[in-house]
Amino acid sequence: MINSKPPIWRDRRFWLIATQLIAVFLAVIVVTIIWGNLIRNLQQLGIQFGFDFLKQQASFDIGETIINYNPTDTYSRALWVGLINSLRIAVMGIFLTTIVGITAGIARLSDNWLVRKIALVYVEIFRNTPLLLQLLFWYFAVFLSFPQRENQISVLGFAGLSQNGLELPWFNLSPEFSALLLGLVFYTGAFIAEIVRGGIQSVPKGQWEAARSLGLKPRLVMRLVVFPQALRVIIPPLTSQYLNLTKNSSLAIAIGYPDIYFVASTTFNQTGKAVEVMLLIMLTYLTLSLTISIVMNLFNRTVQISER
Amino acid sequence: MQKSALILAIAPLILTMTACSGNSGQTANTSDRWDTVKNRGKLICGVSGEVPGFSFVGTGGKYSGIDVDVCRAVAAAVFDNPDAVEFRNLNAKERFTALQTGEVDVLSRNTSWTLSRDTSVGLEFAPVVFYDGQAIMVNKNSGIKSIANLKNKAICVQTGTTTEQNLADQMRKRGITYKPVVFEDVNITFATYAEGRCQGITADRSALVARRTTLPKPEDNVILDEVISSEPLAPAVAQGNPKLANTVKWAVFSLIKAEELNINSQNVGQFANNNDPDIKRFLGTEGNLGQGLGLTNDFAARIVKHVGNYGEIYNRNLGPKTKLNLERGENKLWKQGGLLYSPPFR
Repeated sequence: MINSKPPIWRDRRFWLIATQLIAVFLAVIVVTIIWGNLIRNLQQLGIQFGFDFLKQQASFDIGETIINYNPTDTYSRALWVGLINSLRIAVMGIFLTTIVGITAGIARLSDNWLVRKIALVYVEIFRNTPLLLQLLFWYFAVFLSFPQRENQISVLGFAGLSQNGLELPWFNLSPEFSALLLGLVFYTGAFIAEIVRGGIQSVPKGQWEAARSLGLKPRLVMRLVVFPQALRVIIPPLTSQYLNLTKNSSLAIAIGYPDIYFVASTTFNQTGKAVEVMLLIMLTYLTLSLTISIVMNLFNRTVQISER
Repeated sequence: MQKSALILAIAPLILTMTACSGNSGQTANTSDRWDTVKNRGKLICGVSGEVPGFSFVGTGGKYSGIDVDVCRAVAAAVFDNPDAVEFRNLNAKERFTALQTGEVDVLSRNTSWTLSRDTSVGLEFAPVVFYDGQAIMVNKNSGIKSIANLKNKAICVQTGTTTEQNLADQMRKRGITYKPVVFEDVNITFATYAEGRCQGITADRSALVARRTTLPKPEDNVILDEVISSEPLAPAVAQGNPKLANTVKWAVFSLIKAEELNINSQNVGQFANNNDPDIKRFLGTEGNLGQGLGLTNDFAARIVKHVGNYGEIYNRNLGPKTKLNLERGENKLWKQGGLLYSPPFR
């Protein structure tokens, strides 16, 4: 009489696997339907799906390139130029925004009233206005208000500020690049400041007291005791901000900096290959985001408490 | 607990599926867009909305311009009502997708007719409504007198236009290096030029003339004489809709033909008893030409009555009495030495 085996639909493990299978099955059906619909509609318009267009000549020029590029090059080369431009913004942006964010975050907790309030005003203003607006502000109100190139403002004797951007003896940062970089850095920096502040405040008071009772100076308390512990709280949300910065760099299109999104848009417009180009853009940003995540997760592992 | 989670997970999937199948039935079948328009009772027309004289939203939200009047002509032909049009503002980048996906029925948005757009982009063009050419505008005080003077200068361009490629072609041909500063938004392109970031700005000649009127000091800007490309601007529909394509095509021809026959919105009534067989066929008092289009025979008369002939439209939007005051040039009738010509109405 004792049947130890319950019916299969009462088994938890069965449902765990079955729901997964159903989900996969449904996902496949949905994708197939959407795909079929897409191909049918494209056919009706007489449009071929395919990536052959990447080998065609781009015939448009790009204002800012690090690698050699001519309008006679292919669309894939043009997209490559755009990707490098995106990486340039992302790498410099992440580096600078970390400095700005940590500085402002620590300043928010400073003993000095003025420093604390300045940091507060900075964070509130930049966090609560749209990034697009800030980019247009940097571009039009800051960089394009500088004098013409002939009458550039000299900075420290060797650098020059003009409508042509920031000119240094060995290179020139265009106003489009500079506006985008500053816009992203100060916007993201404000969020990072809050993350840093939260991280520091999460360290128990006892740690401060213990460090001080050892006779450490305030600066050393922060550097050796509090900040390393705060990092554990800071790094995961910090990763999100790095991802945000990278993705937000696609707003470059508003102020004329030729990043990957911009070049891809132009490509799509010239070729009419909307679906293909959108797939490429998605793939690119997905790769960038996953790379940042992996690197940050590895870094995160090194600052966590290693349990025995 | 688990079952409700499952339902939650599946519900959106099923919703998407039903939504998709509904959609595919609507767009993927063989029916002509013309029927959709007819059943809807109004035409959805994609325009720029940013170029005075071509399509511009004036005070009170009223659209005006030559591109807008083409839409109104189509609506007049189909519905006998020039206001049965809903306008959608599209930027240069959105326009083709909007047409391909069926968001708009007709694109009437200073778009150049090119081979690749006609083929691989899936557009079907109607006749040219404005023959244009690309030019470059510079500041009067810059000392730039010709394209050759633009060496190593920055030139503002709007992306998503043939303009960007023409400029690259032209500079490559002449071996002139330059820095393109490219924007997606036409307003930002002109604002950046106005701020002095670029020494030149390039666009279709008509667009430069039109946008110059909106610059802070219009008189300080000159358009260089060199025309670097030919830009035949034409309305378009999505490929695979022959009935709608024919309607747009013959709406444009009606405008040209009416001017040729000296019929305009004021005098169209007086032609009702005219004996000229050509005029009779045109106005639909003889024969049944409209039927071939699925319209009434007097479709051309409706267009002229409500919107006028090509000359009226031109004068109203671009002519000497407007701010733009564009020379009619190649946009005259063929009889007057221009390029406008309508195939016979027979």
